[in-house]
Amino acid sequence: MTDATDPSAQPAAAPQRRSSLLQLDERTRRRNAAEARFRLMGLIAVTIGILAVIGLISSILFNGASSFRQTFITLDVYLDPAKLDKAGTRDPEAISKVTTFGYAPLLQKGLVDTMAAQGIALDGLTAKQAAELISKEAPAQLRRYVMADVSRIGQTVTFDVLAAGRIDGYFKGRVTMESAALDRNVSPEQLMLADRLKEAGMLRTKFNLDFFTAPDASDTRPEAAGLGVAILGSAYMMLVVLVLALPLGVAASIYLEEFAPKNRFTDLIEVNISNLAAVPSIVFGILGLAVFINFAGLPQSAPIVGGLVLTLMTLPTIIIATRASLKAVPPSIRDAALGVGASKMQSVFHHVLPLAMPGILTGTIIGLAQALGETAPLLLIGMVAFVREYPSGPPDGFFEPAAALPVQVYNWTQRGDPAFVERASGAIIVLLVFLVIMNAIAIILRRRFERRW
Amino acid sequence: MSAGILITIVLVLAIVGFVLGRRRAVATAGGDGRRLHSLPGYYGQSVALFAAVPALLLMAVWLFMQPVVIDGRIGEMIPDSAVPDGGSRGLVMSDVRRIADGIEQLVDQGLVSETDLATMRADFTNVRGRLGEVGIALGSNVSPGVFEAAKVYRDANRTGGLIMTIAVLAVAAACFAWSYLRIKPDLRARNISETFVMALLIGSSLVAILTTVGIVASLVVETFHFFQMYPASEFFFSTTWNPQFRGGSDLGILPLLWGTLYVSFVALVVAVPIGLMIAIYLSEYASKTLRSLAKPAIEILAGIPTIVYGLFALITVGPFIRDWIAEPTGLGSSSSSVLTAGVVMGIMLIPFVSSLSDDIINSVPQAMRDGAYGLGATRSETIRQVVLPAALPGVVGAILLAASRAIGETMIVVLGAGAAAKLGLNPFDAMTTVTVKIVSQLTGDTEFASPETLVAFALGLTLFVFTLGLNVLALYIVRKYREQYE
Repeated sequence: MTDATDPSAQPAAAPQRRSSLLQLDERTRRRNAAEARFRLMGLIAVTIGILAVIGLISSILFNGASSFRQTFITLDVYLDPAKLDKAGTRDPEAISKVTTFGYAPLLQKGLVDTMAAQGIALDGLTAKQAAELISKEAPAQLRRYVMADVSRIGQTVTFDVLAAGRIDGYFKGRVTMESAALDRNVSPEQLMLADRLKEAGMLRTKFNLDFFTAPDASDTRPEAAGLGVAILGSAYMMLVVLVLALPLGVAASIYLEEFAPKNRFTDLIEVNISNLAAVPSIVFGILGLAVFINFAGLPQSAPIVGGLVLTLMTLPTIIIATRASLKAVPPSIRDAALGVGASKMQSVFHHVLPLAMPGILTGTIIGLAQALGETAPLLLIGMVAFVREYPSGPPDGFFEPAAALPVQVYNWTQRGDPAFVERASGAIIVLLVFLVIMNAIAIILRRRFERRW
Repeated sequence: MSAGILITIVLVLAIVGFVLGRRRAVATAGGDGRRLHSLPGYYGQSVALFAAVPALLLMAVWLFMQPVVIDGRIGEMIPDSAVPDGGSRGLVMSDVRRIADGIEQLVDQGLVSETDLATMRADFTNVRGRLGEVGIALGSNVSPGVFEAAKVYRDANRTGGLIMTIAVLAVAAACFAWSYLRIKPDLRARNISETFVMALLIGSSLVAILTTVGIVASLVVETFHFFQMYPASEFFFSTTWNPQFRGGSDLGILPLLWGTLYVSFVALVVAVPIGLMIAIYLSEYASKTLRSLAKPAIEILAGIPTIVYGLFALITVGPFIRDWIAEPTGLGSSSSSVLTAGVVMGIMLIPFVSSLSDDIINSVPQAMRDGAYGLGATRSETIRQVVLPAALPGVVGAILLAASRAIGETMIVVLGAGAAAKLGLNPFDAMTTVTVKIVSQLTGDTEFASPETLVAFALGLTLFVFTLGLNVLALYIVRKYREQYE
């Protein structure tokens, strides 16, 4: 462009005249190449973005899918009355005195006997070493089974017990013969025995319902750890968020959108809401710790505190969504209502709000989905505690310790045993499935009910 | 009486109030609705609102304040001799609470009667053993002073609960009766209940302000406590972070700030070019089908919780960077590193940058593009020399918002960046951030007496000020820019 106005450039431009329309000159080719490069860069960026989505999701699925299946050993256990009920009275009180340590020998004997019946040799392993194939959680499993019905004592029952974490890992490819040779918890001989058990059909890998219902388990028993308490705790928290955030958010938006005069005070509220939407989530955790736990004396790691903190975090999301859908209702609706003699309040509550409801619900569900995945503030209010007891039903359960799904994931990543990484990925899959369901509901609601004026 | 039952009673009272109020309105009008000022439902509604709302508000305030008042009173009761050397009053207080819980359970299960309890003395009875029966494990034997305090604490709680129940029910009943008895045909019931609802609406919108006040107050108060115990100059200018349980810690914020800024910088280096190019490509080049497929696919990234990214960093990206880049080049050997956390955080920020920039690029007037095309510019020249300069303030705003996100992000750095506080330049080293240290100082033991715990509040305040500043700046820039084209 500058060339055209510069007289000295005239002679230089003369040879360019010889170029034809059919043949591109050097400069045009350069410009076209730059165009193509720029376009390619854009395409590469989009591809990276999509690859990131695929990579993220497939890595989680790849690592976590195996946690839904678990290795079990089937064995016949003789519930020896001499061990479990010495007095022979079948008195549940007396039988409950037998701790899980009392049940472990029964399992060991059951395993050895069943193997003998199937003709599987121990091959140099002691009975105790063979019994290490069984999870440490199994005696407790057996004890619960017996306590449920004491008349079973004296019978021989066929029982599916959890295999130990390392054995389970062997069949999922996490543990190999080489790693077992270096491992104090498992030996290659035990793995070979597990192989023989599998051939004989005593050891099977099947769908693991306990993963969804069982409580967390201690460091040495990854095979027994489940999400039951975490799912329940998260559900309680979502309930608190729904009950508090929806009415508060809708009320605040109605005031700000329909009634608020334009003045300093309402400006202050608006600025506050938009700032709260951008405050880092961990700061809400500090707020929860300082105000709800230390000042108001609410119990630590209780769903009510988590729910309150998440409510404050979700409120801006719900308010922004609600205001948008209130704004979308055309003013003619309000005018018509006022025209036939409704008060301002009546026009809002009888006409505008029902019409805005689908948008409000969509925003609320999306806010809930955000709250469900939030982790950092829950760490500070003590949700990381190791909780094995299910909280009781509402309303008392809100004040009892519970875990939460995303915090459970964090918890499991902090454990030593690599089997917990698989569990954590599995828990993420469960969390993502919940999120997908919630977002799908939100999309369906929007598609089905949203009106365009 | 538990809070749940109390709330139910008040709500039932409100429903009864609605029905009775409505009926009374119709009755006073002699069954002729036209003689009433408002529709009959509004008379019922006003009774219901007056019966429920003041009582429930009173209850909420009471439940919030009672522990504060009682703690204050008991705190004075605990003799100084009961506070062990090196321990704190707060620790004794939590013992008192647990003992009181234990006594409550002992009485509930019928193991101890009220009369026994009155004569029970810690110096004669084995209180610790008795409490062990109901599963309350205490670290040491109970001193008489603490036990007396626990008894008083329990009594005060019970009395408080009782008075609250009576007060709440009394308020509910009184408001109910007052609003019921004043019903006359010419009572302006609609106006009354609408004013009441209006007050509720305003009250709800005040929650946002209360939250901000709560955040600022809790951060500032505890930070103030922290600076009474630990010199502010050390905190802001010391380059070592080394908390000790036994005191004598070095709590310098500089290494943490450095880690935070470094990780955020890496994240922005990843997110800004990719996000910006995605926005440009999708808004200027892509066909409609590609745009309608790629845009939601990339925005999936925005809906994924950060713990998922954290796990991704921990089990996939971290080991990958260590095994394929850091160890072959000999630059590092740790799977958690600045690069790991930065790259993963960058991926998280991509949709944030791309959708904000997309909006901004789309809001540049078409006339400017047409002008450039008319002068013979190619598409990329138009974008680089016309669209981007016009959109620059908005894009800068988007980048600042992304930066504020990156600084406040917690889970990715907790799982990906490591816990070692150090000042260094090697991106393959593990470093730590402000958010990681807030988590590690406040998780588990939350005794609010040591500088090691309170430092988390000072860190939180720093974080809050930083992100707030960035947000305000970003919003200011974006808003200023919007005015240009509207």
